[in-house]
Amino acid sequence: LDLQFLFAMGMAAAECQFHVLAVDDSLVDRKLIERLLQKSSCQVTTVDSGYKALEFLGLRQGTESNDPTALSPSPQVRKSLLLSFEKEVNLIITDYCMPGMTGYDLLKKLKESPAFKNIPVVIMSSENVPARISRCLEEGAEEFFLKPVRLADLNKLKPHMMKTKLKNQKLEEIETPSDDENGTVAAVEPEIKDSVEMEIKMLPLQSETEPKRVLLQVVQQEEQMLSNNKRKSMEEGLSTDRPRPRLEGIATAV
Amino acid sequence: MELVQMQKSLQDYTKSLFLDGVLDSQFLQLQQLQDESNPDFVSQVVTLFFQDSDRILNDLSLSLDQQVVDFKKVDPHVHQLKGSSSSIGAQRVKNACVVFRSFCEQQNVEGCHRCLQQVKKEYYLVKNRLETLFKLEQQIVASGGMIPAMELGF
Repeated sequence: LDLQFLFAMGMAAAECQFHVLAVDDSLVDRKLIERLLQKSSCQVTTVDSGYKALEFLGLRQGTESNDPTALSPSPQVRKSLLLSFEKEVNLIITDYCMPGMTGYDLLKKLKESPAFKNIPVVIMSSENVPARISRCLEEGAEEFFLKPVRLADLNKLKPHMMKTKLKNQKLEEIETPSDDENGTVAAVEPEIKDSVEMEIKMLPLQSETEPKRVLLQVVQQEEQMLSNNKRKSMEEGLSTDRPRPRLEGIATAV
Repeated sequence: MELVQMQKSLQDYTKSLFLDGVLDSQFLQLQQLQDESNPDFVSQVVTLFFQDSDRILNDLSLSLDQQVVDFKKVDPHVHQLKGSSSSIGAQRVKNACVVFRSFCEQQNVEGCHRCLQQVKKEYYLVKNRLETLFKLEQQIVASGGMIPAMELGF
């Protein structure tokens, strides 16, 4: 997995219109995440609750039933889903603390749903609680962002969104990555070489935190290449250190 | 006042807000999100923050004035205010909310009353400052000028 490959993916990502569903009960934060995503060239739909998110996706609300099929789309919805292809969602980003259905509850419901378990889910929270973070990641969240979320955080999302986008478009060609001298990236490489399907498995198993740091490291390199934000240094100069979960420790060498 | 002078005033004023800790770098993030396609983004978000906060502070006053204070109601409000103030870079409001929450945890009614006063004080301060900032910006735009980009160096 070399940088050229990543760069190509990044360029492709910039041209594709990703559709992100953002879930947050806070009006201010909804406005903010919407603008952040737009600035990252994404189409955005915002909703203020997990219930509305499920509604938007077309999932019929199950009652107390534990039956996973209770969350499959009803026939009418299935039909409208087929017709409105533009409703395809490439990523769901949700706040953790919400009344009623938390972001974690939403995550669980999505992962239990055959129709939607493959949509990458990102959790946001204003609180740095390691147990909370690992619980979300174990449940299948791709990333966990501390609020306030920044543009730099969203740059990490492109690979995740490419996963579903490419899968849906069934691209025939994917450049085979050349061998990389950097041993730290090796952990990610086998996933791609093995892949006969077009799905790019850029993420290793959720439980392995080491490789995740590798991915973040590699993505960070892409970020530096693509970023031309002259205000970045200003912002870095002013920002005080915020506690971040160790997974975001991009500076940590693997 | 000359345009250049107005622009300098705006820069100095903004700088002072950062130096006083009224705003933090998150506010700069908001400014970065503003561009030709979204020229009023910052004032839009800040306006939402004001509306949200007015409502929350009102609810908090009511909740704390009850005979028996229901901390299960108070804490989520403070959490909300902490979140939104953090999202727009209203640092002192956010910090006041952090203190407030610890008194909620202790179920300390008097402490909470004091915290509410402190939060209100910081909130009205940042509200006042930001309204002034937006007025300065409007004056510049009305005079045909552009809002100067924030500079590094402090």
